[in-house]
Amino acid sequence: MSGGEEVLFWTLAPLMVIAAAGLLVVRRAVHAAVCIVFVMIGLAVLYVAQEAPFLGIVQVVVYTGAVMMLFLFVLMLVGVDAADSLTETIRGQRWIGLLLGAGLAAVLLGVVAQATFPPSVGLVEANAVTNPVALARVLLQHYVIAMEVVGILLVTAALAGLVLTHRRRLGKKPTQRALAEAKVALLPTGRQLTPLPAPGVYAQNNAMDTPALDPQGRPLEHSVPRVLRIRGQQRSASELLTAEGLLVQRIQVDRPAPDQNEEEG
Amino acid sequence: MELVNYLYLASILFALGATTVLLRRNAIVVFMGVELMLNATNLALVTFARMHGDITGQVLAFFVMVVAAAEVVVGLAIIVTIFRARRSASVDDVNLLKS
Repeated sequence: MSGGEEVLFWTLAPLMVIAAAGLLVVRRAVHAAVCIVFVMIGLAVLYVAQEAPFLGIVQVVVYTGAVMMLFLFVLMLVGVDAADSLTETIRGQRWIGLLLGAGLAAVLLGVVAQATFPPSVGLVEANAVTNPVALARVLLQHYVIAMEVVGILLVTAALAGLVLTHRRRLGKKPTQRALAEAKVALLPTGRQLTPLPAPGVYAQNNAMDTPALDPQGRPLEHSVPRVLRIRGQQRSASELLTAEGLLVQRIQVDRPAPDQNEEEG
Repeated sequence: MELVNYLYLASILFALGATTVLLRRNAIVVFMGVELMLNATNLALVTFARMHGDITGQVLAFFVMVVAAAEVVVGLAIIVTIFRARRSASVDDVNLLKS
């Protein structure tokens, strides 16, 4: 092992362990995905350093490229905001889990520490015909059947993915008439037939978060999109109107009224 | 520095992945823990290949990768299906078989 590799290892390994521990701590699933992408790229670099350049490139292409993208797609489907709940359904699960994890780490590290390994041979001889060629020779000479089986496994998995996410329509497709009748039937519960009013347009403000005014000048709460209302991000109409009123007053004070000017001239 | 250090790193990553599976409730994060465990195994396989001067370890790492890819496809499809039915990706909410 050369000095350069040592520096690389001792730089990458602590960072990778921190990122992997981040998987335990981080609240949001997207942040966990970023952590694990870092670990995977670090592993790819270590593979290249360990005389396995082809595997390192495949690691980047397959894991960080395909698998993590799949994870992120599913996160988008499920909702990026979904944070973990902190309520424990099994009492003491956190401590039991941490204890078991620490125990597993102790056992694995103990086994590695106890085992005696032969002096490392290195892959210079095995990689003499370049790494991909050497890999292909082993794969296609000794593991042909395993490779075929794995190919079948992949096809089966792709098919399973299609079948599992296929959405079958449970009821009949509603017709336009049925939809219209359902809307009319909902009228007594306070729903309305017409589309919801658009958010308000003011002299200085035209945004989604400001309610429109009805003919009597009262703000229409339901003209603001529901998501903004739930998040509490809507602005009140009266606030805006007073602000605009103050502005109009200030302009009138700054500038004499045009009627007076005309009379003087 | 010995090559054993790579094995120590692989052990720590594996244990962290296992702890993630035990502790987290979001099914997707649990899956990431499984991926971390598979990756740690790959690192150990590559290290063994180098240690023994035999490239078979790297070939086995390829097989692990393929199996992991298949597992992710099926697992994520199941998570999406459960999410559609229950509007939740938490492993605690999936208790249909209870009672």
